Amino acid sequence: MSNKKIYLTIITGTVILIIASMLSITYGAKSVGFADVIDAVLGRNIENYNVNVVQARIPRTVFGILAGAALSVSGVLMQTITRNPIADPSILGVNTGASLFIVIGISVFNIQSKLSYISLAFLGAMLTAILVYKLASMGYGGATPIKLALSGAAISTALSSLVSVFVMPDSSVMTSFRFWQIGSVGGASNEDILLILPVVIISLIVSVFISSDLNTLLLSEETATALGLNVNRTRLIAAVCGVLLCSSITALAGPISFIGLMIPHLIRLLVGSEQKKLILISALYGGSILVISDVLGRLLGRPGELESGIMTALIGAPCFIAIIRRAKVANI
Amino acid sequence: MIENKGFLVGIEKRKKRYNLILCIILLMLLSLICINMTLGTNATYPLSDVFKVLMGQDGIKGAYIIKNLRLPRTIAAVFCGIAFGVAGNTFQTLLRNPLASPDIIGVSTGSTVAAVYGILYLHASNGAVSVMALISGLAAAGAIYWIATKGGYSGARLILTGIGAQAFFTALINWMVLKGAEYDVPSAMRWMTGNLNDIKSDGLPLLIFVVIIITGGIMFMGNILKGLELGDAYATVLGINVNLSRIIIIILAVVLIAFATSVTGPISSIAFLSGPIATRICGKRQTNTVSAGLVGACIVLAADFVGQNLLPTRYPVGVITGILGAPYLLYLLININKGEKV
Repeated sequence: MSNKKIYLTIITGTVILIIASMLSITYGAKSVGFADVIDAVLGRNIENYNVNVVQARIPRTVFGILAGAALSVSGVLMQTITRNPIADPSILGVNTGASLFIVIGISVFNIQSKLSYISLAFLGAMLTAILVYKLASMGYGGATPIKLALSGAAISTALSSLVSVFVMPDSSVMTSFRFWQIGSVGGASNEDILLILPVVIISLIVSVFISSDLNTLLLSEETATALGLNVNRTRLIAAVCGVLLCSSITALAGPISFIGLMIPHLIRLLVGSEQKKLILISALYGGSILVISDVLGRLLGRPGELESGIMTALIGAPCFIAIIRRAKVANI
Repeated sequence: MIENKGFLVGIEKRKKRYNLILCIILLMLLSLICINMTLGTNATYPLSDVFKVLMGQDGIKGAYIIKNLRLPRTIAAVFCGIAFGVAGNTFQTLLRNPLASPDIIGVSTGSTVAAVYGILYLHASNGAVSVMALISGLAAAGAIYWIATKGGYSGARLILTGIGAQAFFTALINWMVLKGAEYDVPSAMRWMTGNLNDIKSDGLPLLIFVVIIITGGIMFMGNILKGLELGDAYATVLGINVNLSRIIIIILAVVLIAFATSVTGPISSIAFLSGPIATRICGKRQTNTVSAGLVGACIVLAADFVGQNLLPTRYPVGVITGILGAPYLLYLLININKGEKV
């Protein structure tokens, strides 16, 4: 892959990200002008109504970028360590696992703070991911795509019926849980973002840090061991990072599916599977695409909005089917 | 010659055993029907009263409840259970994967999309919702089949495409529920969980008719189904028109599942539980169409009884079957993944 093409990809990605953020801030039920955006960023003219609108939209945009980046990188990591093209937080049932733990937290332990939301979501996500992967890798052939997808789908079905056991009898739980079933980037406040920011940034840095080990891991387990790599440790670190990334986002936004599946495939087509580039560029594009789908959701769902979790599934599911049809992807 | 005889005796023995098991399941089903007709949270009626009411005798206490509430509910439970069980078993046999039941590979959800649209936006009557669910279930199955088999049939690709389609439909449903008028959402949600509460007796004759005819059709094609389960190559050698019979069987199963879904909503897990349970108790020597149907009916009746009477809150039947399904699913996954290449 020539450097020129990679630079071009990065520049295009940055431009898309900037345009997407501008759209996300200016477009909506109340359109605002460019001057208002400048004012809001600089903190001038606070009394102006439009400036307030902009200030309300900034956390949403920032969170959208963060969530898209985190989910995409999480997808890259999961696809690499499972050596499976369709590994993704939503396929692995991680979202449902996080939801179940949150619901149990709300209804049994009456949790309130965002921190307990996030820790429960992480716990649920981690346990589900391990369970699904272990189930799928039993027996002949290890975790093949079809075994992984079926295990994930089946576990999701099972867990979501458990979710309804906790939700159904209690309407107050239903109300607090509602935003969970449909992922949305709209609900995040500045404090929420600050809470998960360290987790996301540290996981991203660690992922970039271990990217050369991941490259070695991609060769094959035997080769990696022969080259002196501690395979299990690398896998474990990557898995923890991947689950941390997607569960912290899921804790705040609810399940946003398919971003983690689509983006890595798209980027792999553009820049190849060198892990460091893949991780960084996936983060860049993931952020912009989630923001774009959020804007599209506001456009299509007028006068209200269409939650981004729905948008990504509507766009992502056909992509998933297309990925299955491309037999070549089987050997990433 | 003697060896040959022994071989035949074995077949006869297994046939007898199968028939015996069928009788036992049937007895279980009958007793569950009796339990559901007589016991209830508010009132319990002796079996003799129930019979008298059904025979048309007047002046019996509780006649209204028995005739207009419990009877339709029980009939719907039995026939939808049969439909889900038979359709699930057919898909599982055809795709040679016990997890490939219609509720995991998107067919039931395809029905649900149209039903939810009908309930929320068209305010359609029960009958119209049923028709829409039926048509869209067929269309969804057709689309999944077409996309997955373009350029050659592959069971694995069909399953994966179905899972993708499932996600797509679920997103559509979430969208509609979110944008629907608030007072319509509960009825849509109730429909989506799968429940037996709003059964009207006027729709039942059609359900009974369809379930019997199509189950008969699938039983009639039992040998062909058995051939297809061996794989395309063997089926062709056995003289089966593979593509045509596969499409006919899929259409039959989809009509069955879409019809049952249109009456009760998608009752989860029945379709994928019944087949494996039936196979477990009857063995794999015959297509377990009948046994899977009877097992399905038993599960629905039992789960409805538990949901109505034995728990602190009244749960719709779909929630109970969902919970029943979860541990079994785990067990099934472990066994399949250990046992064979999927």
